[in-house]
Amino acid sequence: MARELKLMKGNEAIARAMIASGTDGYFGYPITPQSEVMETLMAEKPWETTGMVVLQAESEVASINMVYGGAATGKKVATSSSSPGISLMQEGLTYLAGAEIPCLVVNVMRGGPGLGTIQPSQSDYFQSVKGGGHGDYQLYTLAPASVQEMYDFVFDAWDIAFKYRNPVLILSDGAIGQCMEKLYTRDNVARWTEEERRANAPWGTWGKPATRPHNIITSLELDSARQEVFNLKLQKKYDEMKEKEVRYEALNCEDADYIIVAYGSSSRIAMKAMQMAREKGIKVGLFRLITLFPFPTKQLADIAKKVKGILCVEMSAGQMIEDVKLATQCGVKTEHFGRFGGIIPTPGEVLEALENKIIK
Amino acid sequence: MTEEIIIAGFGGQGVLSMGKILAYSGVMQDKEVSWMPSYGPEMRGGTANVSVIISDERISSPIINQFDTAIILNQQSLDKFEASVKPGGLLIYDPNGITHEPTRKDINIYKIAATAKAQELGISKVFNMVVLGGFLKLKPIVDKQYIHEGLEHSLPQRHWNLIPQNEEAIEIGKGLIECVQKL
Repeated sequence: MARELKLMKGNEAIARAMIASGTDGYFGYPITPQSEVMETLMAEKPWETTGMVVLQAESEVASINMVYGGAATGKKVATSSSSPGISLMQEGLTYLAGAEIPCLVVNVMRGGPGLGTIQPSQSDYFQSVKGGGHGDYQLYTLAPASVQEMYDFVFDAWDIAFKYRNPVLILSDGAIGQCMEKLYTRDNVARWTEEERRANAPWGTWGKPATRPHNIITSLELDSARQEVFNLKLQKKYDEMKEKEVRYEALNCEDADYIIVAYGSSSRIAMKAMQMAREKGIKVGLFRLITLFPFPTKQLADIAKKVKGILCVEMSAGQMIEDVKLATQCGVKTEHFGRFGGIIPTPGEVLEALENKIIK
Repeated sequence: MTEEIIIAGFGGQGVLSMGKILAYSGVMQDKEVSWMPSYGPEMRGGTANVSVIISDERISSPIINQFDTAIILNQQSLDKFEASVKPGGLLIYDPNGITHEPTRKDINIYKIAATAKAQELGISKVFNMVVLGGFLKLKPIVDKQYIHEGLEHSLPQRHWNLIPQNEEAIEIGKGLIECVQKL
């Protein structure tokens, strides 16, 4: 498929980007509000065109372990789910991170805790960036705020995943997943040939040539000293991501008296609130997180020095705000505004919160 | 130009597809667009609504609660969204099943008896296009040729033979809309 202009849902964009980016396999289990990912894949039948495998597993636990198995061979393997399903995958995710297996996981968040609602929410921030599973690990976490980014970030995810041998999480929500917007598709990237895969994933369990020892994929190490060395190696990798792979967007922050910090669909609502504030003569900027891990700590701290207050907007009880406060060392008044359980705040509510909690 | 629209009615009336055709037409005319449905249990046999934004600029929030235009196809939706029309904005409704007429004095109100007309002509399937025609008569935000392209992109190819019928329905709607209150 060449570059084309289309109108589609965020979930459909994820699926089409998987096919177009040369993904080898997708294993998933349906759950609202992300069911269109697998629906689109099943309708497109990529196994007939690119050879991509698409399989509905018996559960999310099975899906993530199928991802482990497929991705351990150096193939580009992905899954997607929504909050409760992602919770089921946490054991698999820490194993994937511990075994340094590149893969792509998409979470189209809905309201929690528990089964919660099927409406949009952003209350999985802690789970995503503070380690939903056990052990010292991080997922490179991208937060798309548009259908175009849902599409583009799948391509970016593969670059990062293989560069760092690390799972990548695309953390979206029901609003971006269900919303249709304009999208420019890209030219198809061919799936890796066997030779390309061996070159790009020399660590993979794709068969042992006589020229090297066995490749072993495992997260188990019974020798504590060696495990510590491995942990230090992981931390070095995360530090390198913090150094080189931070992404964010700063809008109207140059002259801002106040800024709103947000990501995903909340950042879109915040952008409207910012425009409404500017119409009223209040100088508001928007600092949009694109990577949640690595967090744009330094970049936010620099901007925060020049403002009088920060409003964090997130569809949660206030999770991201902790990292905002750490970044700014609590050097400026910072408050949270959010709605829960699938309720999406309106731009008017965000502006009101800014005026009442920060400006007042 | 930015036009923020809510289309609301019963599930099955073609609310979401009307929004999609309008949005796709906007895409074809190189506008920025967003289409944000209400989704969830309320759609199954209940009310359905979709917010559509068509703009010349980057769209900030696809989620909005104040609209330039509300296209209303049942009483529940009228009750819910009449107050959400911006002052000076436009409310279009189908009088079918409406027991309490809109009461706002600060908005433009038009009605379109699309349900009755579509039944009379035996074109109930394209009822939503009659309504869309009424809207486009008042706010020609997308050109006719792009509506054609929008239909082509929204409908699967096996249904392209129905495009002329859809376009006729749009024309019928343009003639059917009547003014109730103009500021």
